Amino acid sequence: MANTLESPKAKPPLPQRLQNAQQQAADWMQDSQFWTSVFRPGSIFRKGYTDSPRNRSYVIMNSVLYHLHPVKVKRHAVKVSYTLCLGGLSFFLFILLTITGIFLMFFYRPTDTAAWADIESLHTQVAFGLLVRNMHRWAAHLMVITVFLHMARVFYHGAYKAPREFNWVVGVMLLQLTLLLAFTGYLLPWDQLALWAVTVGTNMMGFTPVFGEQVRFVLLGGQQIGAETLLRWYVLHVLMLPFVIVIFMAIHFWRVRKDGGISGPL
Amino acid sequence: MGGPAGNTHRLLTVVKSGSIQDVKASPGDKVHVWPHLLAAEFTAALFITAFTLVFSLFINAPLLELANHNETPNPSKAPWYFLGLQELLTMFDPMIAGVTIPGVALILLAFAPYIDRNTSLRPEDRKFAISIQTIHLMFWAVLVIIGSFFRGQGFNFTYPWDTGLHGIFHL
Ligand code: HEM
Repeated sequence: MANTLESPKAKPPLPQRLQNAQQQAADWMQDSQFWTSVFRPGSIFRKGYTDSPRNRSYVIMNSVLYHLHPVKVKRHAVKVSYTLCLGGLSFFLFILLTITGIFLMFFYRPTDTAAWADIESLHTQVAFGLLVRNMHRWAAHLMVITVFLHMARVFYHGAYKAPREFNWVVGVMLLQLTLLLAFTGYLLPWDQLALWAVTVGTNMMGFTPVFGEQVRFVLLGGQQIGAETLLRWYVLHVLMLPFVIVIFMAIHFWRVRKDGGISGPL
Repeated sequence: MGGPAGNTHRLLTVVKSGSIQDVKASPGDKVHVWPHLLAAEFTAALFITAFTLVFSLFINAPLLELANHNETPNPSKAPWYFLGLQELLTMFDPMIAGVTIPGVALILLAFAPYIDRNTSLRPEDRKFAISIQTIHLMFWAVLVIIGSFFRGQGFNFTYPWDTGLHGIFHL
């Protein structure tokens, strides 16, 4: 009894009419030029999306995801037991760290007089401040672990062998960048833990022959850790190192595809 | 061209498809990224976010007193991922511990694909590579564990049950 024109007296019940109205609104939306311009053919948000092999291909091919994934991959490549998701998890943790890190930046000033107090008031004055700081800190530790385990898994699969030699080299760069990101962040709370851990860490740097002292001086902005160091490490931590690691990740992911997708089963 | 008598070409016999066309014997076992891979990735992302969130609800990041140049905490430890290096410093000259060993390790690691000329992926054929890398990874793991849990006052040897969780994690 959906046709209301032929029997005007028999109005469908209210829930039915609401549902019809909702359907009409959805149709109107999905037919609009705006909607069809946002969602390209094959998008699951377009009108009449059906689950067909062709549409499954379009979901990737006609969207920004095509920059990251091919349309199809080897069946074994989606087995969680092969990659253990470790590369992907490292990447997600990086995204989580970016999001929580941006939040923290709203409340933090990298000066020797303000830094510690800003963290302190983040704990007590800012809604979810402590929680977000905790997440940023633990995700950072976790990322060091997942990157290390990812490297181990790649090694034991022999996945660094031709044609993937260069991507392994890119990976070693990523490992070092991950450690540097973690280390530069360690100083920022400007508490006793931060100051002395970084003191121990940077003293080791001074042992490098020939230019060790100079490198240490440039990194600290002086003979010992102080206000200049805090500002330098802040800029390294929130801008420069993330910028560099994103470039290396882009190369890394691109090479995974160009080298023929992830390596085969043993 | 050809004369009026007929064509210079003629249709010969049936040709097996494999001989002129490149027909793949097996098309390869492939699956669509959507939904198979994307669903797995999405689940993994949710899982790691939930894990970090729950962990962070229960355990707070440390914040000790304000940095003070005149008061050296005892022990002073580098972040855990550098404790292997700090551990080496207790055993060797700084040049060796801080520069030579990590430097050589990193270079060998980066060039591993060019050093290992063996093309086989099977563990049976890779006994040497696997052993050497396992020893290498364990080397750092053990040093980090000693540095984290077995070093107390003055970076002297101690047992974790003597130091206590507080001393180790600053909780
Ligand atoms: C920020 C750090 C890193 C991120 C985000 C990352 C991400 C990824 C992802 C998503 C993959 C696809 C397969 C998988 O998940 O296992 C991959 C593959 C690979 N990664 Fe990484 N990776 C990182 C660090 C490293 C390191 C430290 C190494 C080695 C030293 C490395 C070497 C490789 C190689 C050789 C492959 C190809 C593996 C195969 O074909 O099976 N990556 N990486």
